[in-house]
Amino acid sequence: MKMYINGSIKEFNGIKITARELINQLNLNDKRFAIEKNGEIISKNFLEGVYFNEGDKIEIIGAVGGG
Amino acid sequence: MGDKNSNINDKLVIAGRSFHSRLLIGTGKYSDFKETRSAIDASESEIVTVAIRRINLGQNIDEPSLLDFLPPNKFTYLPNTAGCYSSEEAIRTLRLARELLDGHNLVKLEVLGDPNTLYPNVVETINAAKILIADGFDVMVYTSDDPIVAKQLEDIGCCAIMPLASLIGSGMGILNPWNLQIIIDNANVPVIVDAGVGTASDATIAMELGCDGVLMNTAVALAKNSILMASAMKKAIESGREAFIAGRMPKKPYMASPSSPVEDLIK
Repeated sequence: MKMYINGSIKEFNGIKITARELINQLNLNDKRFAIEKNGEIISKNFLEGVYFNEGDKIEIIGAVGGG
Repeated sequence: MGDKNSNINDKLVIAGRSFHSRLLIGTGKYSDFKETRSAIDASESEIVTVAIRRINLGQNIDEPSLLDFLPPNKFTYLPNTAGCYSSEEAIRTLRLARELLDGHNLVKLEVLGDPNTLYPNVVETINAAKILIADGFDVMVYTSDDPIVAKQLEDIGCCAIMPLASLIGSGMGILNPWNLQIIIDNANVPVIVDAGVGTASDATIAMELGCDGVLMNTAVALAKNSILMASAMKKAIESGREAFIAGRMPKKPYMASPSSPVEDLIK
Protein backbone atom coordinates (compact mmCIF):
# COMPACT_ATOMS: atom_id res chain seq x y z
CA MET A 1 0.00 0.00 0.00
CA LYS A 2 1.34 3.44 -0.94
CA MET A 3 0.50 6.65 0.87
CA TYR A 4 1.83 10.22 0.80
CA ILE A 5 3.44 11.17 4.09
CA ASN A 6 4.59 14.78 4.25
CA GLY A 7 4.70 14.92 0.49
CA SER A 8 6.72 11.72 -0.08
CA ILE A 9 5.36 8.38 -1.22
CA LYS A 10 5.91 5.65 1.34
CA GLU A 11 5.16 1.92 1.11
CA PHE A 12 3.39 -0.02 3.84
CA ASN A 13 2.39 -3.65 4.30
CA GLY A 14 -1.29 -4.55 4.22
CA ILE A 15 -4.25 -2.64 2.83
CA LYS A 16 -4.84 -0.30 5.73
CA ILE A 17 -3.12 0.95 8.87
CA THR A 18 -4.40 2.85 11.89
CA ALA A 19 -3.04 6.30 12.64
CA ARG A 20 -1.63 4.91 15.89
CA GLU A 21 0.22 2.13 14.03
CA LEU A 22 1.67 4.67 11.63
CA ILE A 23 2.84 6.89 14.50
CA ASN A 24 4.45 3.82 16.13
CA GLN A 25 6.21 2.86 12.90
CA LEU A 26 7.57 6.40 12.51
CA ASN A 27 8.85 6.38 16.11
CA LEU A 28 6.80 9.44 16.99
CA ASN A 29 5.03 8.09 20.05
CA ASP A 30 6.96 10.20 22.53
CA LYS A 31 6.94 13.27 20.36
CA ARG A 32 4.45 16.11 20.14
CA PHE A 33 2.74 16.26 16.72
CA ALA A 34 -0.52 16.91 14.92
CA ILE A 35 -1.71 14.74 12.06
CA GLU A 36 -3.97 15.38 9.10
CA LYS A 37 -5.56 12.88 6.70
CA ASN A 38 -6.58 14.28 3.31
CA GLY A 39 -6.91 17.75 4.79
CA GLU A 40 -8.83 16.71 7.92
CA ILE A 41 -7.19 16.94 11.33
CA ILE A 42 -7.23 13.71 13.33
CA SER A 43 -7.63 14.26 17.04
CA LYS A 44 -4.95 12.62 19.18
CA ASN A 45 -7.78 10.89 21.07
CA PHE A 46 -8.90 8.99 17.96
CA LEU A 47 -5.61 7.70 16.56
CA GLU A 48 -6.62 4.07 17.16
CA GLY A 49 -9.94 4.48 15.38
CA VAL A 50 -8.81 6.22 12.18
CA TYR A 51 -7.52 4.14 9.27
CA PHE A 52 -5.26 5.17 6.46
CA ASN A 53 -5.66 3.54 3.06
CA GLU A 54 -4.02 3.44 -0.36
CA GLY A 55 -3.44 6.91 -1.76
CA ASP A 56 -4.18 8.88 1.41
CA LYS A 57 -2.32 12.15 1.89
CA ILE A 58 -1.03 12.49 5.41
CA GLU A 59 0.62 15.49 6.98
CA ILE A 60 2.44 15.17 10.31
CA ILE A 61 3.46 18.52 11.74
CA GLY A 62 5.28 19.96 14.70
CA ALA A 63 6.55 23.26 16.09
CA VAL A 64 9.90 24.67 14.96
CA GLY A 65 11.78 27.90 15.60
CA GLY A 66 10.17 30.91 13.97
CA GLY A 67 9.36 34.58 14.46
CA MET B 1 0.45 57.60 38.04
CA GLY B 2 3.31 59.07 40.10
CA ASP B 3 3.40 56.17 42.56
CA LYS B 4 6.77 54.45 42.29
CA ASN B 5 5.08 51.12 42.93
CA SER B 6 2.61 51.53 40.07
CA ASN B 7 4.69 49.24 37.84
CA ILE B 8 4.02 46.23 40.04
CA ASN B 9 0.49 46.11 38.66
CA ASP B 10 1.44 47.20 35.15
CA LYS B 11 0.81 43.84 33.52
CA LEU B 12 0.29 43.11 29.86
CA VAL B 13 -3.16 41.58 29.46
CA ILE B 14 -3.97 39.77 26.22
CA ALA B 15 -7.30 37.95 25.84
CA GLY B 16 -7.64 37.60 29.58
CA ARG B 17 -4.09 36.27 30.04
CA SER B 18 -1.78 38.36 32.20
CA PHE B 19 1.98 38.75 31.66
CA HIS B 20 4.80 40.58 33.45
CA SER B 21 6.98 40.90 30.39
CA ARG B 22 6.10 43.15 27.48
CA LEU B 23 8.77 41.56 25.30
CA LEU B 24 7.54 38.81 23.00
CA ILE B 25 10.27 36.87 21.32
CA GLY B 26 10.69 34.63 18.30
CA THR B 27 12.52 31.32 18.33
CA GLY B 28 13.95 31.35 14.80
CA LYS B 29 17.44 31.99 13.41
CA TYR B 30 19.48 30.96 16.47
CA SER B 31 22.46 28.70 15.95
CA ASP B 32 21.02 25.96 18.17
CA PHE B 33 18.31 25.29 20.76
CA LYS B 34 20.68 25.97 23.64
CA GLU B 35 21.30 29.50 22.38
CA THR B 36 17.56 29.93 21.80
CA ARG B 37 16.81 29.06 25.41
CA SER B 38 19.68 31.17 26.82
CA ALA B 39 18.55 34.23 24.87
CA ILE B 40 14.94 33.79 25.91
CA ASP B 41 15.99 33.38 29.55
CA ALA B 42 18.04 36.60 29.34
CA SER B 43 15.07 38.40 27.79
CA GLU B 44 12.69 37.17 30.56
CA SER B 45 10.03 36.85 27.86
CA GLU B 46 7.01 34.77 28.66
CA ILE B 47 5.51 34.59 25.17
CA VAL B 48 7.45 32.84 22.41
CA THR B 49 6.46 32.46 18.78
CA VAL B 50 6.95 29.21 16.87
CA ALA B 51 6.39 28.19 13.28
CA ILE B 52 4.38 25.11 12.27
CA ARG B 53 6.08 22.80 9.79
CA ARG B 54 6.20 19.19 8.63
CA ILE B 55 8.10 17.00 11.07
CA ASN B 56 11.38 15.71 9.69
CA LEU B 57 10.57 11.99 9.63
CA GLY B 58 14.14 10.97 8.88
CA GLN B 59 15.42 12.60 12.05
CA ASN B 60 17.04 10.60 14.85
CA ILE B 61 14.30 9.91 17.42
CA ASP B 62 16.63 10.78 20.28
CA GLU B 63 17.36 14.24 18.93
CA PRO B 64 15.78 16.89 21.15
CA SER B 65 13.10 19.20 19.79
CA LEU B 66 12.45 22.87 20.38
CA LEU B 67 9.73 21.95 22.88
CA ASP B 68 12.29 20.05 24.98
CA PHE B 69 14.22 23.31 25.43
CA LEU B 70 11.15 25.55 25.77
CA PRO B 71 8.54 23.48 27.59
CA PRO B 72 5.00 24.61 26.74
CA ASN B 73 4.08 24.49 30.42
CA LYS B 74 6.72 27.15 31.21
CA PHE B 75 6.23 29.46 28.23
CA THR B 76 3.14 30.73 26.47
CA TYR B 77 3.41 29.55 22.90
CA LEU B 78 2.27 31.73 20.05
CA PRO B 79 2.11 29.62 16.90
CA ASN B 80 2.45 31.76 13.79
CA THR B 81 1.41 31.36 10.17
CA ALA B 82 4.75 32.33 8.66
CA GLY B 83 4.92 31.17 5.04
CA CYS B 84 1.16 31.39 4.49
CA TYR B 85 0.00 33.43 1.50
CA SER B 86 -3.71 32.76 1.67
CA SER B 87 -6.36 32.82 4.35
CA GLU B 88 -7.00 29.08 3.74
CA GLU B 89 -3.34 28.21 4.41
CA ALA B 90 -3.29 30.33 7.57
CA ILE B 91 -6.52 28.84 8.92
CA ARG B 92 -5.34 25.29 8.25
CA THR B 93 -1.99 25.99 9.92
CA LEU B 94 -3.53 27.41 13.08
CA ARG B 95 -6.07 24.58 13.39
CA LEU B 96 -3.15 22.13 13.22
CA ALA B 97 -1.26 24.24 15.79
CA ARG B 98 -4.23 24.10 18.15
CA GLU B 99 -4.32 20.31 17.89
CA LEU B 100 -0.54 20.17 18.37
CA LEU B 101 -0.71 22.26 21.54
CA ASP B 102 -3.66 20.43 23.12
CA GLY B 103 -6.30 23.07 22.46
CA HIS B 104 -4.15 26.16 23.14
CA ASN B 105 -5.90 28.83 21.12
CA LEU B 106 -3.79 32.00 21.45
CA VAL B 107 -2.24 32.46 18.02
CA LYS B 108 -0.43 34.92 15.79
CA LEU B 109 -2.02 35.36 12.39
CA GLU B 110 0.04 36.60 9.48
CA VAL B 111 -0.92 36.28 5.83
CA LEU B 112 1.86 37.43 3.56
CA GLY B 113 1.51 39.12 0.21
CA ASP B 114 4.97 38.86 -1.27
CA PRO B 115 7.98 36.59 -0.59
CA ASN B 116 10.56 39.37 -1.09
CA THR B 117 9.12 41.97 1.25
CA LEU B 118 7.01 39.62 3.42
CA TYR B 119 4.54 42.48 3.54
CA PRO B 120 1.15 41.43 4.89
CA ASN B 121 -1.79 40.87 2.55
CA VAL B 122 -4.29 42.72 4.71
CA VAL B 123 -7.36 41.61 2.72
CA GLU B 124 -6.55 37.92 3.21
CA THR B 125 -5.57 38.68 6.81
CA ILE B 126 -8.99 40.16 7.55
CA ASN B 127 -10.72 37.20 5.88
CA ALA B 128 -8.68 34.69 7.89
CA ALA B 129 -9.19 36.58 11.15
CA LYS B 130 -13.00 36.49 10.80
CA ILE B 131 -13.03 32.71 10.33
CA LEU B 132 -10.50 32.01 13.08
CA ILE B 133 -12.32 34.18 15.61
CA ALA B 134 -15.61 32.42 14.80
CA ASP B 135 -13.74 29.12 15.34
CA GLY B 136 -12.80 30.14 18.88
CA PHE B 137 -9.24 31.36 18.45
CA ASP B 138 -7.78 34.35 20.30
CA VAL B 139 -6.14 36.06 17.34
CA MET B 140 -3.15 38.36 17.66
CA VAL B 141 -2.75 39.75 14.18
CA TYR B 142 0.31 40.93 12.26
CA THR B 143 -0.63 43.78 9.98
CA SER B 144 0.63 46.88 8.19
CA ASP B 145 0.71 50.26 9.94
CA ASP B 146 -2.51 51.28 8.19
CA PRO B 147 -4.74 52.69 10.95
CA ILE B 148 -7.99 51.80 9.14
CA VAL B 149 -6.99 48.16 8.72
CA ALA B 150 -5.83 48.04 12.34
CA LYS B 151 -9.22 49.29 13.51
CA GLN B 152 -11.07 46.83 11.26
CA LEU B 153 -9.06 43.96 12.71
CA GLU B 154 -9.90 45.11 16.22
CA ASP B 155 -13.58 45.54 15.35
CA ILE B 156 -13.89 41.99 14.05
CA GLY B 157 -12.50 40.70 17.34
CA CYS B 158 -8.72 40.36 17.20
CA CYS B 159 -7.35 40.39 20.73
CA ALA B 160 -4.15 42.27 19.84
CA ILE B 161 -3.02 44.32 16.87
CA MET B 162 0.55 43.87 15.74
CA PRO B 163 1.61 46.52 13.25
CA LEU B 164 5.00 46.27 11.61
CA ALA B 165 7.70 48.80 12.42
CA SER B 166 9.44 47.94 9.14
CA LEU B 167 9.93 44.81 7.02
CA ILE B 168 10.38 41.47 8.80
CA GLY B 169 14.05 40.85 9.50
CA SER B 170 15.14 44.24 8.12
CA GLY B 171 16.27 45.79 11.41
CA MET B 172 15.19 49.20 10.10
CA GLY B 173 13.31 50.20 13.24
CA ILE B 174 10.11 52.23 13.30
CA LEU B 175 9.69 53.84 9.89
CA ASN B 176 6.39 55.61 10.59
CA PRO B 177 5.94 56.52 14.25
CA TRP B 178 3.05 58.81 13.34
CA ASN B 179 0.94 55.99 11.90
CA LEU B 180 1.84 53.87 14.89
CA GLN B 181 0.67 56.70 17.19
CA ILE B 182 -2.67 56.90 15.36
CA ILE B 183 -3.13 53.14 15.76
CA ILE B 184 -2.28 53.31 19.48
CA ASP B 185 -4.58 56.27 20.10
CA ASN B 186 -7.54 54.50 18.50
CA ALA B 187 -7.01 50.99 19.87
CA ASN B 188 -8.90 49.41 22.73
CA VAL B 189 -6.88 46.19 22.56
CA PRO B 190 -3.12 45.80 23.07
CA VAL B 191 -0.92 47.17 20.28
CA ILE B 192 2.28 45.17 19.96
CA VAL B 193 4.88 46.26 17.43
CA ASP B 194 5.98 43.25 15.42
CA ALA B 195 8.69 43.17 12.70
CA GLY B 196 11.61 45.37 11.89
CA VAL B 197 13.06 46.10 15.31
CA GLY B 198 16.86 46.16 15.02
CA THR B 199 18.31 47.37 18.28
CA ALA B 200 17.34 48.38 21.80
CA SER B 201 16.42 51.99 21.05
CA ASP B 202 13.86 50.83 18.46
CA ALA B 203 12.05 48.90 21.19
CA THR B 204 12.26 51.81 23.61
CA ILE B 205 10.78 54.20 21.06
CA ALA B 206 7.88 51.82 20.46
CA MET B 207 7.13 51.70 24.18
CA GLU B 208 7.49 55.48 24.57
CA LEU B 209 4.86 55.94 21.87
CA GLY B 210 2.50 53.92 24.04
CA CYS B 211 2.74 50.43 22.57
CA ASP B 212 1.77 47.66 24.94
CA GLY B 213 4.61 45.40 23.89
CA VAL B 214 7.12 44.53 21.21
CA LEU B 215 7.67 41.26 19.37
CA MET B 216 11.08 40.63 17.84
CA ASN B 217 13.19 37.76 16.59
CA THR B 218 16.02 38.75 14.23
CA ALA B 219 17.13 41.70 16.38
CA VAL B 220 18.13 39.24 19.10
CA ALA B 221 19.03 36.12 17.11
CA LEU B 222 21.33 37.90 14.66
CA ALA B 223 23.00 40.24 17.14
CA LYS B 224 26.71 39.48 17.54
CA ASN B 225 25.95 38.54 21.14
CA SER B 226 22.36 37.37 21.15
CA ILE B 227 22.18 36.75 24.89
CA LEU B 228 23.48 40.22 25.72
CA MET B 229 21.10 41.76 23.17
CA ALA B 230 18.19 39.86 24.73
CA SER B 231 19.11 41.42 28.06
CA ALA B 232 19.36 44.84 26.42
CA MET B 233 15.92 44.44 24.88
CA LYS B 234 14.41 43.52 28.23
CA LYS B 235 15.78 46.72 29.73
CA ALA B 236 14.87 48.78 26.66
CA ILE B 237 11.25 47.75 26.91
CA GLU B 238 11.11 48.31 30.66
CA SER B 239 12.67 51.76 30.37
CA GLY B 240 10.44 52.77 27.45
CA ARG B 241 7.38 51.67 29.40
CA GLU B 242 8.42 53.58 32.52
CA ALA B 243 9.13 56.68 30.44
CA PHE B 244 5.71 56.42 28.86
CA ILE B 245 3.95 56.03 32.20
CA ALA B 246 6.09 58.80 33.75
CA GLY B 247 4.90 61.21 31.07
CA ARG B 248 7.65 62.96 29.12
CA MET B 249 8.35 66.68 29.21
CA PRO B 250 6.99 68.70 26.27
CA LYS B 251 9.23 69.40 23.29
CA LYS B 252 10.10 73.08 22.74
CA PRO B 253 11.66 73.36 19.31
CA TYR B 254 12.33 77.11 19.25
CA MET B 255 13.06 78.20 22.76
CA ALA B 256 15.51 77.12 25.44
CA SER B 257 14.61 76.81 29.12
CA PRO B 258 17.55 76.90 31.55
CA SER B 259 17.78 74.22 34.20
CA SER B 260 19.81 76.47 36.53
CA PRO B 261 18.37 79.62 38.23
CA VAL B 262 18.78 82.96 36.45
CA GLU B 263 18.61 84.93 39.74
CA ASP B 264 21.57 85.78 41.99
CA LEU B 265 24.13 85.48 39.24
CA ILE B 266 27.64 86.29 40.43
CA LYS B 267 28.73 89.61 38.98
